[in-house]
Amino acid sequence: MALQTWRVVGLVALGLVVGACGEKPQEGKARKSDVSAYQGGGSSDVAPGWKSGDAASWEAQMKSRAQYGQNEYTRSSAP
Amino acid sequence: MARMKFICDAERCIECNGCVTACKAENDVPWGVNRRRVVTLDDGVPGEKSISVACMHCSDAPCMAVCPVDCFYRTDEGVVLHDKDTCIGCGYCSYACPFGAPQFPSNGTFGMRGKMDKCTFCAGGPEANGSAAENEKYGRNRLAEGKLPACAEMCSTKALLGGDGDVVADIFRNRVMMRGKGSEVWGWGTAYGKPAGGEVKR
Repeated sequence: MALQTWRVVGLVALGLVVGACGEKPQEGKARKSDVSAYQGGGSSDVAPGWKSGDAASWEAQMKSRAQYGQNEYTRSSAP
Repeated sequence: MARMKFICDAERCIECNGCVTACKAENDVPWGVNRRRVVTLDDGVPGEKSISVACMHCSDAPCMAVCPVDCFYRTDEGVVLHDKDTCIGCGYCSYACPFGAPQFPSNGTFGMRGKMDKCTFCAGGPEANGSAAENEKYGRNRLAEGKLPACAEMCSTKALLGGDGDVVADIFRNRVMMRGKGSEVWGWGTAYGKPAGGEVKR
């Protein structure tokens, strides 16, 4: 075959190879499961006053933090 | 289990944008996304009202209902989260949300939307709590540290309340009783539904 034809074939083959290298699998990913917040985690900056893994103590911590931090009527005696 | 909610007290909000800044800093929010923003009505006019708006973590979330790949889920605490690895960036959730919470980064090439990003109630996402992967994708997981969202905790006037729904509703009710006005809570009915019979609970 002529040199020109071989060049065309070579370029097409190169294009197919390069295109195939960039292909990513297209199957949809199912949603991952999550861990509950009261389980705690790997953070080193954890608020004191509750126990990791204990849902009741975590809930109590959330409630008391909300009352103390966001309700100034519990902290001041002024009406 | 505690049901997490946000209330923004429009009588107290001074449009300082402290909540916006706290959220951006705490969660390393990407460019073009404002997980939380302050909306001001009648800006510049005496009597203007400001309200801090982010994801309301609705009881019957429209974003969750319309997502074609079902990437949303609700935690036991009522926080609406999503899986960015499943998200296809279609934008349906952004259209569906009445609060404009789901947003897309603006730095995509050729106008590509990328993955949806929104307020997580500082509860991270479906990765290990406190892990680097969770921090990179979803921001800080403050709930797993026993803390409340950064925006609510940083609010300078405590206009923005966030936490257990019973507690924040009680705090807000107490305020309304004390000052005798301002009982409407914008967005509450849309996010959490109106009480049966249409009566407003005091």
